[in-house]
Amino acid sequence: MHELSIAEQILDIATDHTAREGVASVREIELEIGTLSGIEIDALTFALDVVTKNTVLDGTKVTIIDVPAKARCESCGEEFLLEDYFSPCPACGAFQSETLQGQELRVKSLIVDE
Amino acid sequence: MCDTCGCTQPDDAVTIRKAGEEHHHHDHAHDHDHAHDHAHAHDHEGRSIAVETDILQKNNLLAERNRGYFLAKNILALNLVSSPGSGKTSLLERTIRELGGGLPVAVIEGDQQTMNDANRIREAGAPVVQVNTGNGCHLDSDMVLRAVRELQPEENSVLMIENVGNLVCPSLFDLGEARRVVIMSVTEGEDKPLKYPNMFRSSQVCVINKIDLLPHLDYDLEKAKEYALQVNHHLRFIEVSVKSGEGMDAWLTWLRDEVAAAKA
Repeated sequence: MHELSIAEQILDIATDHTAREGVASVREIELEIGTLSGIEIDALTFALDVVTKNTVLDGTKVTIIDVPAKARCESCGEEFLLEDYFSPCPACGAFQSETLQGQELRVKSLIVDE
Repeated sequence: MCDTCGCTQPDDAVTIRKAGEEHHHHDHAHDHDHAHDHAHAHDHEGRSIAVETDILQKNNLLAERNRGYFLAKNILALNLVSSPGSGKTSLLERTIRELGGGLPVAVIEGDQQTMNDANRIREAGAPVVQVNTGNGCHLDSDMVLRAVRELQPEENSVLMIENVGNLVCPSLFDLGEARRVVIMSVTEGEDKPLKYPNMFRSSQVCVINKIDLLPHLDYDLEKAKEYALQVNHHLRFIEVSVKSGEGMDAWLTWLRDEVAAAKA
């Protein structure tokens, strides 16, 4: 359940930004989560529900933007979408690839009432 | 409430103790208390505040600070990760005994509960601090910082950080280590690397333990390595039996080479 620590970090970041902006509640929070980031979305939304009670994120709509995993084959240079870490290159079948994206864990934005 | 001293620290709070220490330190979490009360009655579209912040930023920044400290002190920090029961603590005990003080080793032990591992390491002869994570499933860079301040590892040494036995959660949390070492034992399935790819992907070395049991098992060692390489083709394998001592030379040689390389 590392999603609980992740949820706490999200709350910290949101709390910092809302304090700076002088707002008391957040209508929506947008998170960018890579498909290979190791986060279980259901567990994360559950954890967020728990940790945000009576905070600036209480009742906030959580929007998850999936970032698809992409890799470049180290053998032939082909760029392809990864379903998991052990997908071979669809062009040449090699397993040696470098991950380009898909491990993101970011708070993208907060949408607040004016 | 804490049973030891009756304070109001919750049972699941993180505690950091030296082996043999009865009492924990009181490390209370920061308080985020925002009581602004702005009356907003408008109902517009809403304003978007661009945050664009890595969720793990705090952990990662602190991990880099730890890393800088280790570099400056010439301390080789290793993050040992595995499922429970793969033999992390046994590997450390044997490593400490075989090095016999030739290369100083200090240990941070991470477990949800108990001082058992710290006591074993102390018996083996190395300075050790136990981090009990309470309900936590992994160590983070702040726990390591607090443990290091307690442990005060000497310069030109090796710091072994034994993470909580868990092949999932610790993979996301950089502690400031120089190398991540994943330990897999042959009593587990060959497909562990495929089932828990994040951990194998983020490690540099894979120690395969309990190889003395191979004749009694259906475990296919080559298959296991093949799976691990599919997930991470940079992974380097060291096969050992902590029990019989087979392969310990290769492990200790790797360790000494890493120390030498870090000094260079």
